[in-house]
Amino acid sequence: MGTAQHRRLRWIMLAPALAFVGLMIIFPLLFTLNLSFSDAFGAVNADTTFAGTRNYTDALTDTNRFWPALWRTVLFTVVAVVLETVLGLALAMLMRKPFRGMRWARTVLIVPLLATPVAIGVLWLLVLDPTIGIANHVLTAIGLPPQEFLGSVSQSLPTLMLIDVWQWTPMMTIILLAGLSTLPTDPEEAATVDGAGPWQRFRHVILPMLGPTLAAALVLRSVDALKTFDIIYATKGAGGGSAFEAETLNVLAYGLTFDYQEYALASAVLVLFTALIVGVVLLLRRGVGRDAT
Amino acid sequence: MTSPSRRDFLALLATATGAAALGGCGAPAGPVPRDTPLRVAAVNHVWTKALKERIPEIESRLGRPVSISMLTADQLSSQYNVKLNASATDIDVMMLRPLQEQALFSRNGWLADLTALVTGDRDYRWDDVQEAPRSASTVNGRVRSVPVVTERSVLYYRKDLVDPPGTLDELLASARRLHDPAAGRYGVVGRGQRTGAVTQWSSFLYSFGGDFVVDGRSTIASPEAIAAYTYYGELIGRTGPPGVANMSLEQALPVFGQGKAAFYADADSVYTSLLDPKSSTVGDKIGFAPFPAGPAGARPYNVPSWSLGINRYSRLQDDAWQFLRWASSPATVAAIQTAGIPGARTSVWADPATLAGFPPDLAAAMEVNARNGVGSDRPKVLQVGRARDIVGGPLVAGVLGQPVTPAAQEADAALTTFLARDNLHRER
Repeated sequence: MGTAQHRRLRWIMLAPALAFVGLMIIFPLLFTLNLSFSDAFGAVNADTTFAGTRNYTDALTDTNRFWPALWRTVLFTVVAVVLETVLGLALAMLMRKPFRGMRWARTVLIVPLLATPVAIGVLWLLVLDPTIGIANHVLTAIGLPPQEFLGSVSQSLPTLMLIDVWQWTPMMTIILLAGLSTLPTDPEEAATVDGAGPWQRFRHVILPMLGPTLAAALVLRSVDALKTFDIIYATKGAGGGSAFEAETLNVLAYGLTFDYQEYALASAVLVLFTALIVGVVLLLRRGVGRDAT
Repeated sequence: MTSPSRRDFLALLATATGAAALGGCGAPAGPVPRDTPLRVAAVNHVWTKALKERIPEIESRLGRPVSISMLTADQLSSQYNVKLNASATDIDVMMLRPLQEQALFSRNGWLADLTALVTGDRDYRWDDVQEAPRSASTVNGRVRSVPVVTERSVLYYRKDLVDPPGTLDELLASARRLHDPAAGRYGVVGRGQRTGAVTQWSSFLYSFGGDFVVDGRSTIASPEAIAAYTYYGELIGRTGPPGVANMSLEQALPVFGQGKAAFYADADSVYTSLLDPKSSTVGDKIGFAPFPAGPAGARPYNVPSWSLGINRYSRLQDDAWQFLRWASSPATVAAIQTAGIPGARTSVWADPATLAGFPPDLAAAMEVNARNGVGSDRPKVLQVGRARDIVGGPLVAGVLGQPVTPAAQEADAALTTFLARDNLHRER
């Protein structure tokens, strides 16, 4: 087979994957970018005109919905990921050494990961229902006042953070456990011989060695937490609640698209949101690079 | 062998994307085979389930299968937005909320014009359809859908605890008296969720003498509207269960069905869930009353909640019309109404036999509410979703115990700005 034939064959083999990437990733991105500079309203297959940067201005000057949604997105991500990292690391350290019932414990640990977010949303809605849910029965049985949980304007976002922690801490544990299992044992043993206590061994020996794994887990989980949509929509519905109390950027963009049919503004919000995610990834990657060196 | 250059790579990517995109465009031309089903996109509703049982009738008439897919109202709306934005042909008949989506869908060119079909068919008897639903089916003088389900606001109450109130003042007094959270019983339950509550609140607004918009201007900060907001906040917020500010139909209905509240004001079309022993523990204790009178009398909404339209991109326009004609014909409406699901035909309502499927006090309440009713339960605009979010702001403030007047004034300013923009969209 000649070189030209080889080259043709290679392109032919590449074509399906390239078509998929182009059609499913690049085309939607460009289409969204194009929409964000148009005045598309009602239908995207209707005639539109160029609107310049008006949609971006509208979004960035919207102090009622956009900025609070951005703040909630960041707050949700930071609180959830920090709690998941701390708890995940603690669980990984606990499960690091073999113990009786370890296989059972690991199986139970991954159960929340197996359920779909909508199923988890419905489950927690039933458990936390202020009037007929089991959570308030338990609270009142032990002498604590009943709570409104997801029905409350002030408690909804913290409750959603805790649900996210419940669901995703196991993933952090699994990643960190895998990282811990690859660490050499010599440095820790040497530190023990030198008289280092458990906390000193963890802080000055294990944690630095676990740095790259921890950073990779943080990047993965942070990006995922930033994009959280399903659990919020399943529990709080459109707009993230009566006072928009759980409305994150994703929920806002969905509402602008499907409830308001403001496709141009929704696209601008999505472009800004994508820029935020890319920014976070770059920041975290820089952190990873520093840790790695 | 050399690797592909970056330029080659991008050129191939663009070509492959274009080819794949073009390959996905366009529907096959020519006649549609008889084994291709007529596809009906419908909401998961008792009406749809009742109609499904009768589908063989229309299948034999059309000579083709009929496929009905059922989704929740929000999912259905999202599906239309996704598919019809792509001019999809795989939906023929569309079940839709005429007061929520129809104006926008018509503007988008997604709904076929049914005017000649409904008025040109004497046997169909378009003038037999009640006036409010008929009017709600029409956009700019063109008929875009045919109504199939109607609903009115009704007062559900626990007849073992209280007599039905005749006025809103009596309702509030009874709700306060029966409100006993320590015993796990609340005076009332209802919708407090920003968007979902607006339609139910409309009956209170009308009964206080207010309206959403008058002569194109926002009136949600009028004294009547503020009184209605304040009353609703007092009723639902102070005598309702915890978390009521985030309750819509899905949350409020089970609370009443589990015997936790003495009163519940909502649509009469959901009554079957409250009588069903599988979902209600108090089915035998529930009474139905006409909507209580406010300062302006009893003015509940009386609206077509669901209609059928035809996707303009459907390749089965004729069969789709035959389906609509059959599903909204006097005979089908009579059969379904007899099974307890209210329709929109005057002649059917005039036949007492079609009301035999309803509990007697519900039938009486429906009749009174229909007589006093107002034909809309939300602002008549293109972007109903955004308007409901604006109107719902002071409502939530009232439920949460916050000052209503400043919230209403703020919402009024927002609705005024919104109406100006909505008008611009209409004119385009």
